Amino acid sequence: MNVEFEADHDALLQSIVDVALAIYGAAASSIFLYDTERDELIFRAVSGQGQGLLVGRAFPSSQGIAGWVLSSRQAMIVDDLTGSDHFARDIAESTSYVPRSLMAVPLLHDDEALGVLEVLDPHPQARAAIAELELLVMFARQASVALRVTRNYAQAVRADPNARRRQETRRLLSALTELVEEDSGPLPRR
Amino acid sequence: MPAADLALTWSLKDRPDDLDVTTTWWSRAPDLAGATGRGVRVCVLDSGIEPGHPAIGPIQGSYAVLAEGDGTVVRETEPGDVCGHGTACAGIIRKIAPECELYSVRVLGPGFAGRGNVFVAGLRWAVEQGFDVINLSLSTTRRQLAEDLRAVSDDAYFRRTVIVASAHNLPVESYPWRFSSVISVGSHAEGDAALLIYNPRPPVEFFAHGSDVEVAWPGGGRRRCTGNSFATPHVTGLCALVLSGCPGLTPFQVKNALYMNARNVRREP
Repeated sequence: MNVEFEADHDALLQSIVDVALAIYGAAASSIFLYDTERDELIFRAVSGQGQGLLVGRAFPSSQGIAGWVLSSRQAMIVDDLTGSDHFARDIAESTSYVPRSLMAVPLLHDDEALGVLEVLDPHPQARAAIAELELLVMFARQASVALRVTRNYAQAVRADPNARRRQETRRLLSALTELVEEDSGPLPRR
Repeated sequence: MPAADLALTWSLKDRPDDLDVTTTWWSRAPDLAGATGRGVRVCVLDSGIEPGHPAIGPIQGSYAVLAEGDGTVVRETEPGDVCGHGTACAGIIRKIAPECELYSVRVLGPGFAGRGNVFVAGLRWAVEQGFDVINLSLSTTRRQLAEDLRAVSDDAYFRRTVIVASAHNLPVESYPWRFSSVISVGSHAEGDAALLIYNPRPPVEFFAHGSDVEVAWPGGGRRRCTGNSFATPHVTGLCALVLSGCPGLTPFQVKNALYMNARNVRREP
């Protein structure tokens, strides 16, 4: 995938979890991408607890609350998670952090689940009701668009392998033109 | 109300007092006092139901929709829940209608290919079995499936099977909760498990307790959850109570009974 494109895409996903973290006064926020071939959820962006450690880590798609939300395609808030049931252990094993509460929203396109957006330990006043879930849904829609654009781009590159080379050539030509113009002034345009 | 004024609604943001509705024939409302759901067959179309959960008790049957060849097949299966969503819904139904019969039809699970078709096949099968009430804390956004779901929902309506369908938590069009042949449910934000609100501004027709709800949790425990998924089984449980008190009511009559028992429907002399 084009390096610049991927960097922009990562920055967009990171900004979504950063803003979610700030708005909810949360301990962490994550975006998981669903890998259909491996049937796994992969940490794609993390803010707060686990940032810098978890991106790229994968776990089975049926595991934990992210798996529940992916499967049911329904957003939810869960409280009282500190018990020792298997859901909490799953989370602890994969993130080294056990939240007390969690908000989770599926990332949807048409009827397809692309992934999950989670907010861990939101401030108690910020998880009071359904209205807070709807706010999180707005972020989820941004993340869904970002994931969809990436997937479409990757598919286009697979369908036309030369597209990536042409794009890279255009990028290099553009950079070269800028360099020449810095030294000799504007070049004639056709 | 002009169609243009029919804003999509997913949850109740107003206070229930703001949705004042009146009825002059409230004396026809079925009395739910003493009803337990006995004799009513309730189907939970979801991720399965965990067996032996103390909040749920016995399950009368467990089935799963499976992909087979180019189509699907419904098979009896070992009881179990692949993620916990169905268990949470079943626990709420059991709490409200403790003596109803509970059946599980699993349409969710690992491997999501063709999920929409599995959903339709499961609903069609459940309607053919003649369950009295079907809980659908699910929906699909695939427009290609809308007509199939509409046909199945109409079939259920005429066969006296009540479909209780969750409005999507997300502001997107999805089905079958949008159809008038089903009973659609969203969440109110009140902490009152017994509060049922009729919505005079459809398409969501009823709001029930979906915020900070105690639900059955995988592994035998309980947790507090929020979402439209958990409002829907409250109404399913109420439908089971209505039908145990007045067997044979049509879905239209059951919906009317809910309307007359909604707390914002004011009784005029």
